[in-house]
Amino acid sequence: MSMEEIQEQIITEFSYFDDWLDRYNHLIEMGKSVPLINEKYKTKNYLIGGCQSRVWLHAAMKDGVIIFSADSDAVITKGIVNLLIRVFSGQTPDTIIDADISFIDEIGLKEHLSPTRSNGLMSMIKQMKLYALAFKTKSANQ
Amino acid sequence: MTFDINKIRSDFPILQRKIYDKPLIYLDNAATTQKPQIVIDRITDYYTYENANIHRGVHYLSQIDTTAFENAREYIARFINAPKKEEVIFTKGTTESINLVAASFGRKILNKDDEVLVTAMEHHSNLVPWQMLCYEKEARLKVIPYSDKGEINLSTYQMMLGDKTKIVALPHISNTLGSINPVKEMIRMAHEKNIPVLIDGAQALSHLKVDIADLDCDFYCCSGHKAYGPMGVGILYGKTEHLNFMDPYQTGGEMVEHVTLYETSFNEIPFKFEAGTPNVEAVLGMEAALHYVEETGLDEITAHEKNLLVYGTKKLQQIKGVQIYGKAAEKAGILSFLIDDIHSFDAGTIIDKFGIAIRTGHHCAQPVMNKFGIPGTVRASFAMYNTREEIDKLVEAILQVKKMFG
Ligand SMILES: Cc1ncc(COP(=O)(O)O)c(C=O)c1O
Repeated sequence: MSMEEIQEQIITEFSYFDDWLDRYNHLIEMGKSVPLINEKYKTKNYLIGGCQSRVWLHAAMKDGVIIFSADSDAVITKGIVNLLIRVFSGQTPDTIIDADISFIDEIGLKEHLSPTRSNGLMSMIKQMKLYALAFKTKSANQ
Repeated sequence: MTFDINKIRSDFPILQRKIYDKPLIYLDNAATTQKPQIVIDRITDYYTYENANIHRGVHYLSQIDTTAFENAREYIARFINAPKKEEVIFTKGTTESINLVAASFGRKILNKDDEVLVTAMEHHSNLVPWQMLCYEKEARLKVIPYSDKGEINLSTYQMMLGDKTKIVALPHISNTLGSINPVKEMIRMAHEKNIPVLIDGAQALSHLKVDIADLDCDFYCCSGHKAYGPMGVGILYGKTEHLNFMDPYQTGGEMVEHVTLYETSFNEIPFKFEAGTPNVEAVLGMEAALHYVEETGLDEITAHEKNLLVYGTKKLQQIKGVQIYGKAAEKAGILSFLIDDIHSFDAGTIIDKFGIAIRTGHHCAQPVMNKFGIPGTVRASFAMYNTREEIDKLVEAILQVKKMFG
């Protein structure tokens, strides 16, 4: 599925909920699903700064696409991370670098995008794009 | 005088606001307090009718402004019962006040292997400046421990006061645990050994009576914005003997007496420490805020907040799985807690949706979180305008959190 299609899918999923409570319950459900990251990556090196909850993010390049895995100690954050992984994981570095993430706004989670919000959704997105940039540079140099 | 909560609430325009269509419940007062209309008006009036630079002009506005500014100093000095008004220096807040003392006093008296004493419940503002200073001077930072309840053991403290101790820095009230520390007794103990004491009073001003003369502290630091006043202004109280001994913190205009191209002599206190144009609007706003507190009655405010603390503590303890951090016998209106093993960020995100402003995280006191082995807490902190009904709403929100994450 293309990144746009996945985003459409998420928007449709969230459109069934019309109040914040249900949206958050859905996010929490997503957050409760099994940790996606290998335990050995839950170290300082993989920690993203600027988050009130801790977020570990790992990226690997496989067959031209980037596979992300992540975890957080807060459930809502984990739900948001899972959303991002659904969107970004399995995409090429170029797609990720150019990605438009306006779907966050459309599913009513815009408040998490504000730079002052300490859950660091912005930091996560930035880190994912940085990984993409790094992998792109690396493959260009090979 | 009666404490009229409805009148008080109507004096704070922001309390009429709705957040997510619900009435704002503001329980983040330890971070900053809301401002009464009187303070907002004071600032507006200042810019509408009085604005001019102070201490510099012979013209009319500059004169009345200088008078207003110095009257504010006098009033604020009286409010905290400082022995002399020139011992009150305006800074931009507690953080700057502490940094000023660390730089201009600490740096002058501290030598290699000397010791600085702080507590393990410090806000980073009263910890990091001392860490940096000790690092620079190859001196040692020694940390006064406290019990799981959040109480400092005075005999341990007394034993830590040694020949090498050059300064003690203590929080009047812990911003995470709420403990009201026995600072008067601790100052007395330090003075027995001729050790000066700085008190971080960020959480005390306007919540309980701050009586500098009675405390006999060497330095007292606080912020206007945590006491119903504007941001960007704070106080450093310092004893005259220290202030005269200290070098200026910043240099520039206002703080000099005589300047040639190669030499400068410095002005007297307090001006020696007030380089540049001060935050006049904020000083006047702070004066208005403290006036408001005085008129409302500080003792009544203290009693009201204590009441809320007792009520809130009882209510929270009735919820299964709520753990309160900070159980000192002497405690201010600050309630830190966790719900089951729910992350404070998760709890805070949901509580926010009820229109309730609370703080989550480590509250700039990471060593406190480390002591309890937690990444952060949820913190509700009270001010004069809070009510029991608001605490009931908080309880509702907590029950919702439990339902969602349980
Ligand atoms: C105990 C304590 N000290 C110092 C500070 C710093 O105050 P300010 O940010 O106003 O300088 C705070 C503020 O949170 C505090 O609670």
